[in-house]
Amino acid sequence: MDDGFLQQYLSLFDEFDVLAAFWVNIQLTFFAGILALILGTVLATMRISPVPSLQWAGSTYVTLLRNTPLTIIMVFCVLGLWGQLGITLSPDFTTNFFRLAVVGLTVYHAAFVCEALRSGVNTVPVGQAEAARAIGLSFWPAARLIILPQAFRGSVAPLGNVLIALTKNSTVAAAASVAEASSLMRTMIEFRPDVIVAIFLTFALGFVLIVVPIGLATTALSRRLAVAR
Amino acid sequence: MSTLFDVPGPVARRRMVWVNIAATVVVAGIGVWVLLRLGDKGQLNPALWKPFLTASPWVDYLIPGLIDTLTAAGISIVTSAVFGFVFGLGRLSPSRAVRAVSGTIVEFFRAVPVLLMMIFFYLGLGKLQILEPSDVPLVAVVLGLTFYNGSVFAELVRSGVHGLPRGQREAALAVGLRGGQSLRLIEVPQALIAMLPAIASQLVVILKDTALGLIVTYPELLDAARRFGSGNGNILQALVVAALIFIVINYGLTRLADLLAGRVGKRTAGKPRAEAPSLVVATGND
Repeated sequence: MDDGFLQQYLSLFDEFDVLAAFWVNIQLTFFAGILALILGTVLATMRISPVPSLQWAGSTYVTLLRNTPLTIIMVFCVLGLWGQLGITLSPDFTTNFFRLAVVGLTVYHAAFVCEALRSGVNTVPVGQAEAARAIGLSFWPAARLIILPQAFRGSVAPLGNVLIALTKNSTVAAAASVAEASSLMRTMIEFRPDVIVAIFLTFALGFVLIVVPIGLATTALSRRLAVAR
Repeated sequence: MSTLFDVPGPVARRRMVWVNIAATVVVAGIGVWVLLRLGDKGQLNPALWKPFLTASPWVDYLIPGLIDTLTAAGISIVTSAVFGFVFGLGRLSPSRAVRAVSGTIVEFFRAVPVLLMMIFFYLGLGKLQILEPSDVPLVAVVLGLTFYNGSVFAELVRSGVHGLPRGQREAALAVGLRGGQSLRLIEVPQALIAMLPAIASQLVVILKDTALGLIVTYPELLDAARRFGSGNGNILQALVVAALIFIVINYGLTRLADLLAGRVGKRTAGKPRAEAPSLVVATGND
């Protein structure tokens, strides 16, 4: 690597604010993550409830959203919700697109959060519930003290995977006209095609640096919390 | 019985009927409200939906788009399988260097967003000018999908082999097979059978991700629906139809995965798994 190349490469960071673009992805992930966790918990509660109509609504939602490409949902948020139905989430143009993208990411990943939580409940052996009943606990104490604590511990690893997927999928917000990392990478390459590989590796490494710690942390956490059986 | 609920008695059953009715009213209410809002905006106007009952949008837009989507997905499935096989075996290699290189490649491509790779290949191939310009979007989509999904397949091969009971390899070595032969003849075939359900659900991921091709100007189904919709003033309806096509195909693939998960149990010593193993877990001791 000669000096000129390094100079050229470093000059990119004066022209383009790479960190700001990644910050947009982190914000998208953060807000969509929290909202998806809430919506996903509601859906999971519906799916494991003994009420048939709620079960049906929950599983229909998951089937529909899980099988739709995220790109369609994103395009729908912008061209459908905003363009056709006139739903505006903020008077500011940029904030509006950002919030629409958060809505798209939320509704899509909520389906996966629901599945992750549900798989956590499935890791609890039936014997645990039977033992809880046998010592005289009724429904709420059994659920609160015995089953749900184990279920949450069992769903840490799948929830971590959803968070990783969400982080990477935040780039699809480009389809909703949000100026995030992938669209900045595109702009940078179009302006400076001479250093295309270096630009790609910079952005790829950025994602590795975000995603790998999440993976390591959730794996460590799920191992620590794992219920020995 | 599920973990959470006992078999309900008469009181619980009666209560459940009432809760069920109330919940039905709420769910149906939300549905009706959405339809009313759509009606207010004129989106339920039959004139906007009727074109999809005629031949023209299908012949001119949706079917060519679907063919492009399936082409990209089909090629990607084959190339990902090759990539996954090579690097999956690489991760099982007796040589430490080969294992490390394969492991790094696989973990790297699993952490990088597919869209980033597609944009890179799209602009990179366009700059190199080694391909017909009209082929560049398809190749970019296929390469992006291959590197990501191939890495997932590699993980499936590796974790499938690790999921087999130790006795399989020991028995193979005991009857005089070499390590490589045991891998090729005994372990990998059983691992693949155990991983069939997970492979089938990965096909859903590949098919869904072809829609990212929209961003690199690949004329797939979503792009076709968007072009038809914006030309005819019914973009919302066109997107719904495109989404339904994806949902029907993917639902079929999901059912196939479930069916396979129920069937393959007896044909392998490994445990069938429905999903791909998670990222980075693999760096540990297994």
